[in-house]
Amino acid sequence: MPVPNDRRYLQSHEWHQLSGDIVTIGITQIAADELTDITYVKLPAVGATVSANAPFGEVESVKATSDLNSGVSGTVTAVNTGLIANPGLVNADPLGKGWMIKVKVTDPGQVAKLLSADEYLEKTGH
Amino acid sequence: MLKRTPLYDFHVSCGAKMVDFAGWEMPILYRGIVEEHLQTRASGSLFDVSHMGRIHISGSAAVTLLDKLLTRNVSQQRIGQSRYSLVCNPAGGVLDDVIVSKHAKHWLIVCNASNREKILKHITGVRDSAGFDAEISDQTESTAMVAVQGPAVISLLSEALDIDIKSMKRYAFENGTYMMSRFTLFRSGYTGEDGAEVIVSAGTAQNMVKSLSGEMSKPDAPIKPAGLGARDTLRLEAGMPLYGHELIESVDPISAGLNWAVDLTRDFIGVEPLRIIAAHGPAKKLVGLDLHGPRIARQGAAVKAGEAIIGEVTSGTFSPTLKRSIAMAFVDAARANDGDNVDVDLRGASASAKIVALPFYKR
Repeated sequence: MPVPNDRRYLQSHEWHQLSGDIVTIGITQIAADELTDITYVKLPAVGATVSANAPFGEVESVKATSDLNSGVSGTVTAVNTGLIANPGLVNADPLGKGWMIKVKVTDPGQVAKLLSADEYLEKTGH
Repeated sequence: MLKRTPLYDFHVSCGAKMVDFAGWEMPILYRGIVEEHLQTRASGSLFDVSHMGRIHISGSAAVTLLDKLLTRNVSQQRIGQSRYSLVCNPAGGVLDDVIVSKHAKHWLIVCNASNREKILKHITGVRDSAGFDAEISDQTESTAMVAVQGPAVISLLSEALDIDIKSMKRYAFENGTYMMSRFTLFRSGYTGEDGAEVIVSAGTAQNMVKSLSGEMSKPDAPIKPAGLGARDTLRLEAGMPLYGHELIESVDPISAGLNWAVDLTRDFIGVEPLRIIAAHGPAKKLVGLDLHGPRIARQGAAVKAGEAIIGEVTSGTFSPTLKRSIAMAFVDAARANDGDNVDVDLRGASASAKIVALPFYKR
C-alpha cells in the first residue's frame, strides 16, 4: 500500500502535501480501498475557509458516507472539479488525479505537525 | 475468534478483502463492488453464503412444529420444494426470514447468519414447551453453501453438475452427486437474477472450488467470485428485504409488504396481531425511493414531506445497474403513494426523492 513520505497525514486518512504556502489534500489509498467504489464527493467552494481538524467535505461510496477532514487552516484556492463527473478517480488514483482541494495556509508550519507516513500507518494499524 | 467458512482459502487465493460479518470472516469484495455487481447482471457470479444458518428438523412432529413457527403453511409442501417464510414473535414482529425446504426425511431451514443462535433457541423453546417429538440439528458448520447467480449460470451449472436445471421451477430443489459427494441444488437466490444455491459438505466444497479459482481469475470468465458488498447492492435493486434493515423484531411482515408469505387463515405464533394489522391496514409501508442527484440515503435517514417526518430509510445505495441513487424506506401508509415527491435528510442536507414501486430492477 503506497503511503509516500512526501506528504503528511491525519489518522482519519487524509494526506496533505505542502508546496510553498499551498497544501493539497486528498485521501489515502487505504481509505479509498476501505470505502470501495466512490460515488460522490462533496467539496467546498473556492474561497471557503477550512479549519484544522474540522470537516471540509464528504465522500460517499456504495458502502458508506464519511467526512473529509482538514489538518490545516486556510482558504480554499482550488477544488478538483473532475471528481464531480468522475468520483471514481479517487479510487483509481487517490494520491494523484483524485486530489480534492488546495488550501492556502495561514501557517505552513502546521503541515509538519501532522502525522508522518510511518506514524499514520502505525496509528491506523497497518 | 471469527469463524471461517470452508471456502476461506479460496477467498484469499482470489484476493478477497475479508471483513467480520455476524461473527464470520467473509469476503466483502474481490475486485470491486460495482464490478462484481455488473458481472452478476451481465453473466454470472459465485457467492459464498456458508455463513447462513442451516438447521435440520426431523421427527414425527416436525410438520406440527414448523406450522406453529412459520407464517406459511408447510403441510401442503411437497418433497423437493422450498418456500420463503417468516418466523414471528407473539407480537407479530419478524424474528427472521427463512427458506424452508422439504426433504424426504427432514426439513431444512436456512436462516440469516446474524439470527442463527436466536432462531435455534426459539425453535428449541417452542418444541420443548409444546413437547413435540422433533429433532433439531444445526448443520451450518459441517456444510458449505454457495449461490451462483446471473444469466449465464443455469446452462453452465447444468453441464457441470449433470442436472437439467432449466426444467426446475423457481424454488424447487434437487439432490445430485459430485465427485462421490451428495449436494443439493436449489433454484433460488437473492440477486434478482436467475440462478441456483448449492449446499455441499464442507470438504467437497473446497474440492469443487479449488479447480474453479484458476478459471475464475481469467478476465473473460463467465462466472467470477463476488462478495457480500455486491450481494447487498444486487438485492437492494431487486427490492428484496434484508434482516437488520427492512426486517427487525419491531416490524411486522404485513407492513414490510410480505403479505404473500403470510397465511392468516391458520394458527401460528404471532397470527392474532397480524390479523388485526391486516384488517386495519398497516400504519407504515415499505416503499422504494428514487433520489434526485448522486447522494446516497443511509439507514436511519428521515423521509420528509415539507417539515413533517413521514418515514425512515432502511437501506440505500448508488445503483450500479440504473446509475442512480436508490433507497428503501418505511413511510406512513397514508403518504406512501407512488409518484409522490418527498425529501430525504442526508446528514443535515436535503435531497428530493420520488416514491416508486419496488423492485427497482427486474430481469
